[in-house]
Amino acid sequence: MAETALTQTGGTLARPEGWRGIAADWASDQRSFKTASWGKTMMWIFLLSDTFIFSCFLLSYMTVRSSTTVPWPNASEVFSLHIGGQDVPLILIAIMTFVLISSSGTMAMAVNYGYRRDRFKTAVLMLVTAAFGATFVGMQAFEWTKLIMEGVRPWGNPWGAPQFGSTFFMITGFHGTHVSIGVIFLIIIARKVWRGDFDVEKKGFFTSRKGRYEIVEITGLYWHFVDLVWVFIFAFFYLW
Amino acid sequence: MAHAMAHATAHAAEPRATAHAAGHEEGQQHPIKLYLVVWGWLFVLSTFSYLVDYFHLQGLLRWGLILLFMMLKAGLIVAFFMHMKWERLALTYAILLPPILVLVFVAIMASESHYTLFTRLIFFGAGAGG
Repeated sequence: MAETALTQTGGTLARPEGWRGIAADWASDQRSFKTASWGKTMMWIFLLSDTFIFSCFLLSYMTVRSSTTVPWPNASEVFSLHIGGQDVPLILIAIMTFVLISSSGTMAMAVNYGYRRDRFKTAVLMLVTAAFGATFVGMQAFEWTKLIMEGVRPWGNPWGAPQFGSTFFMITGFHGTHVSIGVIFLIIIARKVWRGDFDVEKKGFFTSRKGRYEIVEITGLYWHFVDLVWVFIFAFFYLW
Repeated sequence: MAHAMAHATAHAAEPRATAHAAGHEEGQQHPIKLYLVVWGWLFVLSTFSYLVDYFHLQGLLRWGLILLFMMLKAGLIVAFFMHMKWERLALTYAILLPPILVLVFVAIMASESHYTLFTRLIFFGAGAGG
């Protein structure tokens, strides 16, 4: 690309690293994030705000769990499945974790092939990621159905502290919504990749800016974040 | 190209710096093998955290291992999958420092919930429910 050639012949000064680099970047009276475009920066800032939302959910979960005088239901037993004549603890949640991690792996590879301008592989890997995501949501729907059949409600459950239900539905519900939105986002971008929108820099109908393969990486940031949140939910809600 | 131009008009005073920045944006080229290795480690660490529950580890060992595997997994995802390792520190610190401050909030709510538990035990009696 022309801009790359321009950059390399321009003989640019190397920017300072470390703390001096942070001070220089923030004080340079222009864009602070030298290597991140506006799109990537805005996705990161959105993810930061989303981090606070999930932090608040997990914090309220911590607060109600450590302040109740009633025993907390044992997640290991609540989420066990009856397979082959015995109860396997937490098995569904473990499978969901592996599904989501796999989707993160295929997403990372989609980003890589996107920057190599390999349209076919990028689109296929994004669709595989979306399929993993849809599988995850499906398993979550199964889990919710099972728990609701067993009598778990936001205001009570058969095993102990009533706050278990409210925090469970709130936290996993909000996370599942994020996964569902991610699946839709992935399918939309995969379609554009498949069509070759980013090879001809076709303008987006919403932003009317020229499309670039960087959107694959930005979609990836969102998707990895969904996986990241699950890491914390898995540790604090299911394992603790 | 158009991107560089858009920036060039926005920051006409610093064409060299913007061209330098724009050139970087098409980057993030790393060998596929790197992602596969990270992916493998995430699988291993997830298995470990599942085994913590499977073997019914209890007490500090359980919580310590859960937190350790959680932080390792989160670190791998952010550093490699989200490419934070290759961003400039100005962005890394802007994004990663604020969530650490949530720990202050954690400390406040931990203290608050202990007080709530204390008052519940005083007024309702231990184990009476509330």
